[in-house]
Amino acid sequence: MSISMPEPETEILRNRNRLIRRLRRILPDGNVIGEETQMRVYECDGLLMYRQLPLVVVLPETVGQVSMVMALADEMNVKVVPRGAGTSLSGGALPLADGILLVMSKFSRILEIDYPNRCVKVQPGVTNLAVTRAVEHEGFYYAPDPSSQIACSIGGNVGENAGGVHCLKYGLTTNNILGLEIVLMDGQVLRLGGKHLDSELYDVMGLMTGSEGLLGVITEITLRILPKPQTISALLLGFASIEAGADCVASIISAGIIPGGLEMMDNLAVRAAEEFQACGYPCDAEALIVCELDGAASEVERLIEGVSRIARNHGAGFIKIAENEEQRLQFWAGRKNAFPAVGAIGPDYLCMDGTIPRNQIGHVLKQIQNLASKYALRCANVFHAGDGNLHPLILYDANKPGDLDKAEAFGADILRLCVEVGGVLTGEHGVGVEKRDLMSTMFSGTDLKQQQRVKCAFDPAHRLNPGKVFPTLHRCAELGKMHVQRGKLPFPDIPRF
Amino acid sequence: MKTFVPRDEEEIAQLVRAALGNAAPLDIIGSGSRRGLGRPSDAQTCISTSGLTGVIYYEPSELVLAAHSGTPLSLITRLLEQHDQELAFEPIDHGPLFGNPRGAGTIGGLFAVNASGPRRIKTGAARDHLLGFRAVSGRGEIFQSGGRVMKNVTGYDMSKLMTGSYGTFGIFSEVTLKVMPKAQTGLTLLIIGLDEEEAVRQMTQMSGLGYEISGFAHLPPLQSGFSSPAPQELAGKPLTALRLEGSETSVTARREELVSSLAAKGRRVEVLEAVNSRNFWEDLRDGTPFGGTKEQIWRISSAPANGALLVADLLARNVPVRCRYYDWAGGLIWLAVAAAGDAHAPAIHAVVDSHGGHATLIRASREVRAAVPVFHPQPPALAALTQRIRHSFDPELILNRGRIRDDL
Ligand SMILES: Cc1cc2nc3c(=O)[nH]c(=O)nc-3n(C[C@H](O)[C@H](O)[C@H](O)COP(=O)(O)OP(=O)(O)OC[C@H]3O[C@@H](n4cnc5c(N)ncnc54)[C@H](O)[C@@H]3O)c2cc1C
Repeated sequence: MSISMPEPETEILRNRNRLIRRLRRILPDGNVIGEETQMRVYECDGLLMYRQLPLVVVLPETVGQVSMVMALADEMNVKVVPRGAGTSLSGGALPLADGILLVMSKFSRILEIDYPNRCVKVQPGVTNLAVTRAVEHEGFYYAPDPSSQIACSIGGNVGENAGGVHCLKYGLTTNNILGLEIVLMDGQVLRLGGKHLDSELYDVMGLMTGSEGLLGVITEITLRILPKPQTISALLLGFASIEAGADCVASIISAGIIPGGLEMMDNLAVRAAEEFQACGYPCDAEALIVCELDGAASEVERLIEGVSRIARNHGAGFIKIAENEEQRLQFWAGRKNAFPAVGAIGPDYLCMDGTIPRNQIGHVLKQIQNLASKYALRCANVFHAGDGNLHPLILYDANKPGDLDKAEAFGADILRLCVEVGGVLTGEHGVGVEKRDLMSTMFSGTDLKQQQRVKCAFDPAHRLNPGKVFPTLHRCAELGKMHVQRGKLPFPDIPRF
Repeated sequence: MKTFVPRDEEEIAQLVRAALGNAAPLDIIGSGSRRGLGRPSDAQTCISTSGLTGVIYYEPSELVLAAHSGTPLSLITRLLEQHDQELAFEPIDHGPLFGNPRGAGTIGGLFAVNASGPRRIKTGAARDHLLGFRAVSGRGEIFQSGGRVMKNVTGYDMSKLMTGSYGTFGIFSEVTLKVMPKAQTGLTLLIIGLDEEEAVRQMTQMSGLGYEISGFAHLPPLQSGFSSPAPQELAGKPLTALRLEGSETSVTARREELVSSLAAKGRRVEVLEAVNSRNFWEDLRDGTPFGGTKEQIWRISSAPANGALLVADLLARNVPVRCRYYDWAGGLIWLAVAAAGDAHAPAIHAVVDSHGGHATLIRASREVRAAVPVFHPQPPALAALTQRIRHSFDPELILNRGRIRDDL
């Protein structure tokens, strides 16, 4: 637990009762939760080792209520932490002792399904899977499919710019939304986009996506839905080494094939998955690829042949083509349950999320193995190979003193390695609390200050989810200053025409 | 007007700092091929990025390319072609619309205006393909964001903000983009004789089926003076175009299915093969039908299913529409209107507001672009936020002052 949150403000803690009284004037009594036992369920998100009771929990039901809560918080100088389903793996929804936890779970309605315009308007508390469930009988689906899709909310998906196994071909959340309604820290309600493509001016919707609850509260989302491909099939490809698997991934893409999904697991993950739920994985493979191909039937057949050939050329010892839809889903079941499966051999695990250039996969996985021996911890790898997004799962025992610290240090080393080889700290889980203090490995002070200036345009007093994403909080007045030497500088000697 | 051609980002930064010192606003251009877009400027000093050229990194198997911002787009397109790759969003070439030859733009300018073509509906916009960048802000500071990997949520997605900001946040010095394999082949099915409402209905219905159509356009018969992108014998007829791209196997299979399903509905279908198909979509993409004319041109983005209704509303309001066509299955309307001092903006904005979406004035004289909101007016709260974001990068409005709005 190496990361510390900002000191709670005593003034705010002192005003707690008054705040709760005023919140109860905005919301029904049952939607303002102040009792410790009832607040316990909200004390952490998916980053389990960071826990904190909030000042108070509120569960608004309408945009009007969200707006009033925000305006009140603004007036009383109280911080606000938005929360969807609380499955974030980076601590984005970690409460603050002196902050309101704004839980969006009561915003759970699908508002409109518009097939001709291929979109669905939802409230942010709707779960990811519920969107596909609502439109699949008409042959549509919502493409971004995080493994947590049964539980996580669309609002949280926008907050983190969530991805899934279909990102390589169909994009992340940001590529699949058309409109947002947001509430700013001062209570103003704005609408961005709609059912049309692209923005009239600045792409504020693109900025909101992945902003981890730091810029505004999302109260409505218009999602693009896609028609189901005519045919979908999947292959399992097993290799005797990670390098062979990684090379195969590169060759598939070099051949101009963009699979619907291209996932890889290392041996530890394969065995854990197979043990958790028999899905036909070869337990002796050092690397296993799940490759999904979609399109017209004859095209899929051609692609299956192509991928099998490439895999054979890379020495695949195991090639299995899904014989039917049931088997395809079985291939995926192992991958989709890989986190809980690894959790089962745990006892605890830490999930990393760096992205690297694909051609570094072999190298980085080897280094991770070296680090694992150095820290004497096990690490299973499950990842989106197609887009180079790694998910090293570091196994540790929370009950063993020092183990968590070791695991955190190991994780930080992996992320530094990702940045070193040209990659980034996080591909889809967000910075949150977890990676906050590593931001300077990727960004200069100038870069970070510019990002924070953008934050100031939304939230000049840093009341919305502070302590997340940015390692240092600068006051907006300080950030805004610019020292211009009026009339002193001549134009330098640079060619002109 | 003085134009400076800095050689690297450090020189750009010096120039911006000098401009701040002299309180002299700067025009920012790449090659200048898209200068006709946006409001006119009266800045006395200009920075061109055309001195920063060259591909920095290109790894076909990574689907990633990085280049200095002034690199000619044509150079990048050729390089990608050698590896059977392309920019999937089909960047618009604004040359023909402004009476200039094709092929003049830079890669930085392309992202600065978020110019995406017909395939936008399937593969996303320019904004969906910018992975990272380096730039000089209006504070004269060099900053960067993003990276060269496909998935990245580290910090705010500044690439989205920068794309389409018309140089009002910063001057790109480097861009890193996602490239995609190029389709082996492509063809276009032309359904003949549908009226606008029927055509839009047909297109939105098709876009909901699994045919992976990569272009949906409808051309009503064009008035004289406008040049049809279709072969002569079809030019006078209403044409609804569906594009299929991919491998030979896939295109052939989908063509057969589509043709027989359309025939079963009694539709008359012609096919444009390879080159004809390519030229057709290039012309639609670039607004070539309006090329040699004097009309004012608008581009309207709205919900696809409303496309024809929106145009009917414009006509009902007596907007003198001289020519129009639909892309993005009805979601994008190219509109040529008889020239007027206000470019018919009040009526066009009112109609678009009633349907949802936005209208951009793409071509009009300097005077008109100075007087009329070129980009769709925003509600007050959003307009204020837009202004605060602009100030966060460029508090003195030193870069492209007034290019997108008089207060920005
Ligand atoms: C087992 C497991 C598997 C996972 N697999 C994936 C995966 O494959 N891909 C992936 O991308 N992620 C994955 N995740 C991570 C997580 O599920 C996603 O980040 C998800 O998008 C979070 O949604 P949530 O509703 O739980 O949001 P929360 O955890 O509640 O919040 C996430 C962030 O968004 C903000 N936020 C939430 N709602 C709003 C709102 N309405 N307005 C403004 N801000 C808001 C919060 O402040 C926080 O910063 C996984 C998590 C688990 C536990």
